[in-house]
Amino acid sequence: MSNPSSVNGSAALIAERQAAAPILAASQISTGYHGHAIVEDFDLDVHAGEIVALLGPNGAGKTTTIKMLITLLLPTAGRARVLGHDVVKESRDVRRKVGYVFGGDRGLYERLSGLDNLRYFAELYGVPPRESKQRVAELLELVGLTGREKERVEGYSRGMRQRLHIARGLLHRPEVLFLDEPSIGIDPVGARELRATVKNLVETGTTVLLTTHYMFEADELCDRIAVIAQGRIVALDTPHDLKQQVTTGTVLEIEVFGLADGLVDKVRAEPDVQSVMVDVRGQAEVLAVHARPGTDVTQTVMRHLDGSRFGRVITREPTLEDAYIELVNAA
Amino acid sequence: MRVLRLVGVAWWLQLKIRSRSAFDGLLSLLYPAFFATTIFMMFRQGDAAGPALLSAAVGSSAMGIWSAVSTTAAFALQTERRQGTLELLVLAPQPFALLLVPLTLSMATIGAYSMAATLLWGRLAFGIEIAIADPLIFVLSVVVTVFAIAMLGMLIAISSIRYRAAWALGSAIEMPVWLICGFLVALSDLPAWVRPLSSVLAPTWGVAAMRAAATGQSPWADLGWCLLTAAGYGLIATLVSRWMVHSARSHATLALS
Repeated sequence: MSNPSSVNGSAALIAERQAAAPILAASQISTGYHGHAIVEDFDLDVHAGEIVALLGPNGAGKTTTIKMLITLLLPTAGRARVLGHDVVKESRDVRRKVGYVFGGDRGLYERLSGLDNLRYFAELYGVPPRESKQRVAELLELVGLTGREKERVEGYSRGMRQRLHIARGLLHRPEVLFLDEPSIGIDPVGARELRATVKNLVETGTTVLLTTHYMFEADELCDRIAVIAQGRIVALDTPHDLKQQVTTGTVLEIEVFGLADGLVDKVRAEPDVQSVMVDVRGQAEVLAVHARPGTDVTQTVMRHLDGSRFGRVITREPTLEDAYIELVNAA
Repeated sequence: MRVLRLVGVAWWLQLKIRSRSAFDGLLSLLYPAFFATTIFMMFRQGDAAGPALLSAAVGSSAMGIWSAVSTTAAFALQTERRQGTLELLVLAPQPFALLLVPLTLSMATIGAYSMAATLLWGRLAFGIEIAIADPLIFVLSVVVTVFAIAMLGMLIAISSIRYRAAWALGSAIEMPVWLICGFLVALSDLPAWVRPLSSVLAPTWGVAAMRAAATGQSPWADLGWCLLTAAGYGLIATLVSRWMVHSARSHATLALS
């Protein structure tokens, strides 16, 4: 899972890419609604062949940022260029060169077949008529829908719809692909296939900017991760270096059945405890206690749990998720 | 050539979408029959016969085309918004107004069915003599009217890019247009202040051309005006759509959330 250099190769390669001019450059872009800032002073450079993830809680501004970069929303301040084109003044040039895929059930014509959906969007996105038929067949093969293409989309599973979305987004051979929570709601096998497809795309030269809630997805796929909270980037680094930024020591996870009132506050008040999170998993509540570096809080926490019924007790190193939670909470 | 192909393919696929719902299909069978029955009975009550009944048949069939377009066109972009495809249409590197042409044209094509249904219903249920003096020019008039109504539908549809509740506009103007465009009532019977409004509405000229072709008069002047007003709608729609899309991008109204 740990991924110091991502699918894309070594840190040297990343450094080499970053020396070149970025193909996506956002500078201080902001937007808001009724005086409420949704994205504020967002800066990001993405280089050719990179996969960069925007990671953040719901409402952090990930989708809004992507929509500004693909010209669906106008920034209220700042400037962004994609492949050398200004997203406000040269929106049509940007649209010709970028692909956009979002997760979920929507974004397809339910009453049409998968094939007809692709034919329709191929026309809309200006795929030359000579290439259209072959391109559609290639993409159906790529996303594993060959043989099911004549069925109506309303009968497709969520995974099939998502694969059709990917095919749609790739019809016009975009140089930059924007994926907005592409694996949301699809099963683990489907998500793994999706990640493999994204890796293949990057190997063939496509640059990807994706948003996701899934840490392992960002960890496995991405060269860099931008953690967003309240419309601002709070950290931007490789997955490996983000994990290094975590200021906590070990994390103690205890499965408790029937957490006593006030217990979390008592644990939190301990001097060696940095933070405490509670996650409900079935019948149990999992207490995740982040210790301060160089300390061991196992005995302290167990003392508080005296008399409680508990299951598994695990001590582990901080993960990307811990780094993420720490960064978001600190924002 | 590319534009024609785009409009052609998109029209065909939109037509497929619209013709695949059994419920919608049933409604499009029933609506023209209701319109026609009501109108024929009213005209019968007034002792109308011969050319007057034929004129009523043509008018009520135009009502079917208009009704199929007005409400559906206004709701079409809201439907696209709900199914998440509106953003994908805006994201296409084509003028947005151009993408609306096949959309509303497919609605008008479905509406054109009501023309045949109404005339047939009039013949079978009410024994109206359907004697079209110049069938070929009549069909041409129908085609031009369908196109002109589609262009007017496009103009209505555009407002809902920016305003999510603008779909109500179609329902609001559905019935006034029946009157103003002289589908059932002679334009000369309307108050003088209404007539300038009638003359800028393409269906007025379209239905006049159909009636002229049906009764053996020259429809060319009416057809010319019909096409001219339709072209005007296209031009206005192109300009307005740019502004509407820009405004929708500023106000984040392309998606539901």
